Amino acid sequence: MENLSVSQLAAGLDHGEFSSVELTRHFLHRMQAHGELNAFITEMDESAIVQARRADQLIKEKKHGPLTGIPLAHKDIFCMDGTRTSCGSRMLDQFVAPYDATVVQKLGQAGCVVLGKTNMDEFAMGSSNENSYFGPVKNPWNPGHVPGGSSGGSAAAVAARLVPLATGTDTGGSIRQPAALCGITGLKPTYGRVSRYGMIAYASSLDQAGPLAKSAQDCAYLLQAMAGFDSRDSTSMDEPVPAYTQALDQPLQGRVIGIPDEYFGAGLKPEVQDIMAQAIDWAEGQGCIIQPIRLPNTELAIPAYYVIATAECSSNLSRFDGIRFGHRCKAPKDLHDLYRRSRSEGFGTEVKRRIMIGTYALSAGYYDAYYLKAQQIRRLISTDFSKAFETVDFILGPTAPEPAFRIGEKTDDPVTMYLSDIYTISVNLAGLPAISVPCGMHEGLPVGMQLIGNYLTEDRLLNFAHQYQLATDWHRQCPPGFAQGSVDE
Amino acid sequence: MIRWEAVIGLEIHVQLATQSKIFSAASTAFGAEPNTQACAVDLGLPGVLPVLNLEAVRMAVMFGLAIDATIAQHSVFARKNYFYPDLPKGYQISQYELPIVEHGRLEITLDDGVQKVIGITRAHLEEDAGKSLHEEFDEFTGVDLNRAGTPLIEVVSEPDMRSAKEAILYMKKIHSIVRYLGISDGNMQEGSFRCDANVSIRPAGDAGYGTRTEIKNLNSFRFVERAIDFEIGRQTAVLEDGGEIAQETRLYDDVTGETRSMRSKEEANDYRYFPDPDLLPVVIPQDMVEAIRGQLPELPSEKATRFCTQYGLDAHDAETLATSRELAEYFEHTARHTDAKAKLVVNWITGELSAALNQDHIEITESPVSSTMLAGLLNRIEDGTISGKIAKDVFRSMWTGEGDADTIIESRGLRQITDDSEIERLVDQVLQDNPEQVEQFRSGKDKVFGFFVGRVMKLSQGKANPKQVNGLLRKKLK
Repeated sequence: MENLSVSQLAAGLDHGEFSSVELTRHFLHRMQAHGELNAFITEMDESAIVQARRADQLIKEKKHGPLTGIPLAHKDIFCMDGTRTSCGSRMLDQFVAPYDATVVQKLGQAGCVVLGKTNMDEFAMGSSNENSYFGPVKNPWNPGHVPGGSSGGSAAAVAARLVPLATGTDTGGSIRQPAALCGITGLKPTYGRVSRYGMIAYASSLDQAGPLAKSAQDCAYLLQAMAGFDSRDSTSMDEPVPAYTQALDQPLQGRVIGIPDEYFGAGLKPEVQDIMAQAIDWAEGQGCIIQPIRLPNTELAIPAYYVIATAECSSNLSRFDGIRFGHRCKAPKDLHDLYRRSRSEGFGTEVKRRIMIGTYALSAGYYDAYYLKAQQIRRLISTDFSKAFETVDFILGPTAPEPAFRIGEKTDDPVTMYLSDIYTISVNLAGLPAISVPCGMHEGLPVGMQLIGNYLTEDRLLNFAHQYQLATDWHRQCPPGFAQGSVDE
Repeated sequence: MIRWEAVIGLEIHVQLATQSKIFSAASTAFGAEPNTQACAVDLGLPGVLPVLNLEAVRMAVMFGLAIDATIAQHSVFARKNYFYPDLPKGYQISQYELPIVEHGRLEITLDDGVQKVIGITRAHLEEDAGKSLHEEFDEFTGVDLNRAGTPLIEVVSEPDMRSAKEAILYMKKIHSIVRYLGISDGNMQEGSFRCDANVSIRPAGDAGYGTRTEIKNLNSFRFVERAIDFEIGRQTAVLEDGGEIAQETRLYDDVTGETRSMRSKEEANDYRYFPDPDLLPVVIPQDMVEAIRGQLPELPSEKATRFCTQYGLDAHDAETLATSRELAEYFEHTARHTDAKAKLVVNWITGELSAALNQDHIEITESPVSSTMLAGLLNRIEDGTISGKIAKDVFRSMWTGEGDADTIIESRGLRQITDDSEIERLVDQVLQDNPEQVEQFRSGKDKVFGFFVGRVMKLSQGKANPKQVNGLLRKKLK
């Protein structure tokens, strides 16, 4: 059952082969049986059964949609009414959200059954899930390795078949990189495609929610229910949402694929490069036109990102002051002591590091040299992409420079850690959509390719990925010990 | 001996009269139970986002047009970062580099009748913070976030004022404009209109500026005047003693009437302003500006000019009436419903009516004597039914709710006696009862005339037409 696709699960529910309650129990059982992955922060077995019963009723009354009764997990960054929403932080360890994020609300209306809230790097800051107050998540392919981050819990849970679908958020690669490292499919939509309301902000101008699933087709179902304009988010796009699942079958003949030099330079593991070459060959075989391109400002993306994202986070995280909600230190001496100790105790090292960097970058006398300069670079990077998209339909390259690294390998060197997002970060700076698709294995660990599209071309990205997945079975690979077979088609 | 000149600039915070807050749907009504008008957005809960209230933008544009300012086609909200318990997000959403209104001007009329232009650097939109309550909780400070997110415009003047008096004139004019536009109730007790004053002094005639101090949170015209005057005196004393003025923020204590240091420049926050990534730039197309311009009400200065030409009022009366929209409306309504001269209407409004309002501490909109009732009263003076003196009694009866002028005049028989024969009868009786005084008058003591008038009026219970009484007395005493 855990290997079925969303459309197969929906058909099974529709034909009465199994009920949503049965389906839910099956996945709850798997979730509880694989606690060693540490993929979940909060398990929600009781409410899940209640939701599954309601879904079964709707299915019986033929009032259901394509996701009614399908189990799902939310990254613990999305506020959920009456549920602890920790954001992976001690600061919000006891925080029970009093409202639903738009994404939570929409998927609830679509009839999804929420199994739990997934583990993540604290406040979505990290690329390995080692920055969680609730401990690191293990990669299901090898428990000694990281699952990637920050949506590592969601990626690991989907990869291990603990849940068919999961939501994630991506500020610099936080959906795509863990999807690649765990061997699943993950899509970061165009900035503004999915509402940010109720999603705890890390860097507001970069944050974007998206789907994680085994396949592009499953991602299409999930994105369909997540996307759309929201009057509560001023930065959400008031553009119609296309029928993603109906665009999957277009032929790829004649599509132009740009291969950026800068994504294949030093730092890319040679074996990953070989795997990319095979994927490019496949595309050529489909009648795609392969064209080398330049994205000359790529190397500036990481420094620009670590100024903009940290500047925004230093301000976004000011509300965690111990006054109204969140962690408050014991017996504060005065207001200053209350602020200082509540925040010192509530935030982890990486979060504090980024708040400090961002505060510095915005300070009087440094603003022009750092924040404004970074914004200029951001525009240059956007221009690089828009020039490229004058001649190409997609840009293809690796999602990450190497497969999953070992837990603890990069924790002492934040800059090395930051480099694992080198291919994903510029996409956020430009606000473009991009998908990560499993495309090979190296030493028992998955490798992902990233396909970047122009604004609002999620349908085309999913189309390409789906066609690739019809021809390959990398997305059907299941980590040993987590499944009896491969995904049925 | 150096003669010192004060240089004053004001930052006025005007609370906008929108139904809901600037970035959320919560109500802005004043006086609710603490924290009952603060929604998830106002509380700064994790994950919430601001959505701009277009009504606040419209009001800011109205204000900009009323002060002849430039309306920015593109303005940007920025975050002003600092920690305080009544600031839920740890930053205030304000405007910094690109405000919505810039380069405005306002004319004030000084005591000697000279017009002076005060420059207005900018007016920007921002959200208010909540309130910290220090008194009701032992060892704790309470936080009430009802006010958090209430829309404000901060109006920043050029340092163009040279005395506390000028500052007050400017402030009153801004107050009058925002109330005219209907964009603020201007209620100073409730904090809807408050002011920070920047004050420095320099030797008269110097072009440069001295070091300034900023006096925070002045919420009455009187406090602004006293605080500025105190501060000018204090700075003068410091400089004349050979000392230096420290650039600092000061607080005005309304009990002592003094200002005291709150924080120095060194302790000032670095607010780390940057554009708020949760909000898009505010884009105001020219046609929207023109549409709003078309909806602007008549402003105080325009109204005063019209009152002069239309009603033949002098400039002083016209400006007094035009200060408040409600007062001006009361005047016009009264004038339209009476045949009495406009000057008489003005005298009654600025005299009897104003005195009664002040005495009962009520606004003109709450006056028990409506403009229609006042017009009715003035009509009875105009047609000679009652004298001006009796009219004052009738006014007081109207004030206490005895009905309109006609009802009171009839029920209390106050109609003026204009029948010559009846007045003659009264005059004859008075002359007959006072032969001694008649003798005195006839022997040349003119002053006694007043005595006769008084007696006749008294005998008629004030109802005899004074003109006729005069005439008849003169005739009889010849």
